[in-house]
Amino acid sequence: MTGANRIPGAGRLTPAKTARFTFDGKSYTALEGDTVASALLANGVHLVGRSFKYHRPRGVVSAGPEEPNALIGVERDAARQQPNVRATVQEVFDGMKTISQNRYPSLSFDVGSINNLLSPFFAAGFYYKTFMWPKQAWKHIYEPQIRAAAGLGVAPTQEDPDHYASRYAHCDVLVIGGGIAGLSAALAAAKTGARVILCDEQPEVGGAMHYDKSVTVDGVDGFTWAQKTAADLAKMSNVTVLTRTTAFGYYAQNFVALVERVTDHVSKPDRRLPRERMWQVRAKRVIIATGAIERHMVFANNDRPGILQASAARTYLNHFGVAVGRKVGVYTANDSAYEAAFDLKRAGVTVAAIVDCREKPGEAVLAEARSLGIEVLTGHSVIDTSGKLRVAGMSVARNGSTAKRNIAIDALLTSAGWTPSVHMFSQSRGKVAYDAASGAFLPGVYAQDCLSIGACNGTNDLQATIEEALAAGELMAKASGFEAASKVELQAKNAFQWTGGMSGAAEGAGEDTTVKAFIDFQNDVCAKDIRLAVREGMHSIEHIKRFTTNGMATDQGKLSNLHGLAIAAEALGRGIPEVGLTTFRAPYTPVTFGTLISHSRGELFDPTRKTPMHALEEAEGAVFEDVGQWKRAWYYPRAGEDMHQAVNRECKTVRESVGMFDASTLGKIEVVGPDAAAFLNLIYTNSWDTLKPGRCRYGIMLREDGFVYDDGVVGRMAEDRFHVTTTTGGAARVMNHMEDYLQTEFPHLNVWLTSATEQWAVIAVQGPKARDVIASLVEGIDLSNEAFPHMSVREGKICGVPTRLFRMSFTGEMGFEVNVPADFGPAIWEAIRAEVEKAGGCAYGTETMHILRAEKGYIIVGQDTDGTVTPDDASLSWAVGKKKPDFVGIRGLKRPDLVKSGRKQLVGLLTKDPKVVLEEGAQIVADPNQPKPMTMLGHVTSSYWSENCGRSIAMALVVDGKAKLGQTLYVPMPDRTIAVEVSEMVFIDKEGVRLNG
Amino acid sequence: MADLATRTLPLSGFHGGSASASVSPAAPASRLSLRAKPDAVASLSAALGIELPTRPKASASSGGRHALWLGPDEWLIIDETEADLLSSAASSGVMHSATDVSHRNTALLVKGPGAEATLNSGCPQDLSLAIFPVGGCSRTVFGKAEIVLLRTAEDAFRVECWRSFAPYVSGLLAEGAEDSGH
Amino acid sequence: MLLIYCPYCEEERSELEFRGAGDAHIVRPSNIADITDEEFEEFFFLRDNPKGLIFERWRHINGCGRFFNAARDTVSDKFKLTYKAGEPKPDLDAAAPAAALVETYEATESNAK
Repeated sequence: MTGANRIPGAGRLTPAKTARFTFDGKSYTALEGDTVASALLANGVHLVGRSFKYHRPRGVVSAGPEEPNALIGVERDAARQQPNVRATVQEVFDGMKTISQNRYPSLSFDVGSINNLLSPFFAAGFYYKTFMWPKQAWKHIYEPQIRAAAGLGVAPTQEDPDHYASRYAHCDVLVIGGGIAGLSAALAAAKTGARVILCDEQPEVGGAMHYDKSVTVDGVDGFTWAQKTAADLAKMSNVTVLTRTTAFGYYAQNFVALVERVTDHVSKPDRRLPRERMWQVRAKRVIIATGAIERHMVFANNDRPGILQASAARTYLNHFGVAVGRKVGVYTANDSAYEAAFDLKRAGVTVAAIVDCREKPGEAVLAEARSLGIEVLTGHSVIDTSGKLRVAGMSVARNGSTAKRNIAIDALLTSAGWTPSVHMFSQSRGKVAYDAASGAFLPGVYAQDCLSIGACNGTNDLQATIEEALAAGELMAKASGFEAASKVELQAKNAFQWTGGMSGAAEGAGEDTTVKAFIDFQNDVCAKDIRLAVREGMHSIEHIKRFTTNGMATDQGKLSNLHGLAIAAEALGRGIPEVGLTTFRAPYTPVTFGTLISHSRGELFDPTRKTPMHALEEAEGAVFEDVGQWKRAWYYPRAGEDMHQAVNRECKTVRESVGMFDASTLGKIEVVGPDAAAFLNLIYTNSWDTLKPGRCRYGIMLREDGFVYDDGVVGRMAEDRFHVTTTTGGAARVMNHMEDYLQTEFPHLNVWLTSATEQWAVIAVQGPKARDVIASLVEGIDLSNEAFPHMSVREGKICGVPTRLFRMSFTGEMGFEVNVPADFGPAIWEAIRAEVEKAGGCAYGTETMHILRAEKGYIIVGQDTDGTVTPDDASLSWAVGKKKPDFVGIRGLKRPDLVKSGRKQLVGLLTKDPKVVLEEGAQIVADPNQPKPMTMLGHVTSSYWSENCGRSIAMALVVDGKAKLGQTLYVPMPDRTIAVEVSEMVFIDKEGVRLNG
Repeated sequence: MADLATRTLPLSGFHGGSASASVSPAAPASRLSLRAKPDAVASLSAALGIELPTRPKASASSGGRHALWLGPDEWLIIDETEADLLSSAASSGVMHSATDVSHRNTALLVKGPGAEATLNSGCPQDLSLAIFPVGGCSRTVFGKAEIVLLRTAEDAFRVECWRSFAPYVSGLLAEGAEDSGH
Repeated sequence: MLLIYCPYCEEERSELEFRGAGDAHIVRPSNIADITDEEFEEFFFLRDNPKGLIFERWRHINGCGRFFNAARDTVSDKFKLTYKAGEPKPDLDAAAPAAALVETYEATESNAK
């Protein structure tokens, strides 16, 4: 048995196919194709949750994505738990566990429901008033308590084991919604040969035909026609049909995001499949066929479990074969609810009465109700309900009268009318217009190449919808350049035309009433709360929304927005269009983070760039540090060494014998063309005309404002070819900076730039024995000081492969940088490694590189400079060509603030206690005893323990630093004040003799 | 010491893909980043033995050599026989910039009915045959990496990327290929 | 995500392939070393940040690599026109004024009485 309320012969599910699931630990049987909601209703379970604020018992209201109440936790296994799943959307799979939310200790006995009794203290806007005093209590009492009480459901604690996919797709026509309108439009568009994507959020297409079984298309049952049409479309090579796929965001230029739920309905999913797949669709044209959502009636205690949309009751009966009650009442302002009564009555359910607040319902439905023997109370309203955990009765009164008649019921179906789903249209930045005749907001001014059709466009007549849809399909395909040979024609019929509808509070919940007539179930917003907001001075609908939180829950007010607006308009004494609708925003329904992130997690979160020699360095035990996307060897600890010991050893080894270093990440740009030198003259402060082929020069690059942008060594390979190096982090932006000037300011120059960073593996060999190490490996290059002096470059071979060999140094020692084509990097590294070993040297990492360069006072752009440092501030004026007529930054350097005194200048700092190592970033003051806030003179930019100096060394930016040489300054720290002496920046080999070996 | 050092390829050992799209590393090739003005195109074409395309997204292929239009003055020349492209370009005698990028780039081959969907897991371009025909090529993005895409057959693409991006690109291609069959 | 027509690739491509590069038609003075502080301020620091039509530079950085110019509406975010670097600033006076369609929370706020 799959539930006592399953009606034999009703619905479209197959009785033989069952699935077991649990809800709050109790086991139930469902049919394949059931949602959790339909399965629970089949088993007589209406109570599924507690409301957010008052903890009132709540039941299923809808049969779709607009559901405000039936939010549950779904558990597949320990790691796969998802809170806030709409039970009306989630399909049952065998073995699934579900739980109710926002209740303690149990759903039927919830201590939080005390809030309901205290509700006078929880009026709209209470957050803003109640917790104002005492001030300190907010942080320590109110906020933690509110945070603990707030929120629905519990987030999973384990990492999400599922994977998610993402795909870009392009089409001529995207059709959002697979109801009769969307299917017809897709059919017409597809016949033209246009590329069509049709998406529908439900497992099966058909839209309203899920509940309206009176529809026939070309004589065929509507739902059956829909399935066949979708299947036919899916067979066409130019069509993609996506079910269980929600269009959740409509962005600029017809960029629409869809989420396809791939495995959430499957009991034992193929783990190769993604759980969800995001489609990022770029459509030439979009057809919006998202239908309409039925509004509930707003009256006292309209939130008891068992009170639901009339159309939802029809869906449960006609699609799932489930009767939502055995004795149902109907309360409506609209003809559509009558059909729910008819369907249920024919299925054997007792219809206690149809209560219609209108004096004159549609004649056809009234006649049909009478012929079925259903009592219709026109001009009457339901003014209250009874029942604790499920509705048990309704109090009915003639409009304007207080005389009540109590009618026993076990379900109450309500309908205030239909709200066109203009969410996608509004997200596209289209402007909605109020249609007074239908009392609805409809698409008005379009902002993008899209078209709304059917119920979301206010078209309710079935045949009119089909004709509008077919025309739209043709039109949109034609606009994309496709035309059909013949027209598609369809004839559809249904049982009744609907009239009527209302928005706002119904009888008994109007002005001056204090009953709880809910408009937003999930956020517990009542009609009276809207009125309170208006009384408190909120006159903009946006303010009213935020004050009351109406429409701000996970359902985004799909049921409540129009009701809230109508009540606000009434209270404000203004018309609905003057008050205006709040803006719809993506996502239409909640989207998992997994889907939004899709592939970008773990190893694929961001590219991790490794040098060609990475594996060898790893094998040698290197510890790596992140430098942008790069992994760089930081230091190479040997057995028993900590970082400090390893770095000290590496530093000493380089100065005493030889070290080797992976410098491959340095940016490299090949600058080629007859005007290459002329171009570099403009880009760098230095002059390049005089640099001979085979020689190198250290260059500084400024921005136009005169501040240091990047630096590096440039080698001239030939008259028309330069090998430019940049900082590791600057490679991409320097390339962009150079391209920008070349293309837009200096396009007359015949020169081209090519990134060669990754063409070359670079191994720096530094130290007194550097030449000895490479001598036996290099062919065709005379390595002597005379033939190959410091700051030179030669082309030759190393171990038989071509090399660009640089004689340069970032350590102050004699140094070479071996550039080889990257694939050869590992082999050359190993060959050099063997020679270094023989010479008693070692490999060193970036930490040692940093210390060795600091010992020599070589700056690192971006560490010792921060975008406000001029060449002069960094004592690099020698690199600025004084006679050059132009270079980028030449004018910036002359700006008054850049030449005046009092600038921060780069200097060395020596702590009075040589054992104390300053913290980088620490502030510097002249007088540590001055009152706070102290006058800061600058900060420490680089600071290290230098084993070679036997003491700490530091570099700092200090106001007028160069004039303060020898002076004592102070670095105040939380626990002490450190005295320092301002020094020159070169701490070792001031004469630079070591460069020559 | 004149022994030629051994090469270590950035994607050695990688193989991936699914029944709908295979993803495999391409063999080493020689590559040139070639830059020149329009008046040099004819001479460079003659010197390289391949017609440099002058239309956007166009490529030319002949005997394992490919010339890909990347920009109005930029081509990527790929030679699968590892011929000396630099010397050929130099022999043109016309003004140009040629830079050897044989080792800067590496390539992956994506092949199968799901190849298009595999690429679209990270590439935002419309890869339908009408818009991106066989021989079509473009520099573009694939997830967070830059790639150069060349369609070599209706169901096959060559994906060029910088070597350090190869693990990322191959990893995302493998995921895309897995998803492309469904 | 915007689509941008690259005048060199002669095709609309995803915004992901592009990078913005600030205002267009600001020419670096050929005598930049000699200009006054005021002229340098005007050239380097001052920008209009208009509501409506703006001329700006973009680079098809992950495409053909070219810098080009674009006329864009800062209210609707729509590109009116893109054209090659070095081409003169087009006359768009005939074009419609900035679309007044966009409804944002901020816009609604400012209209709130």
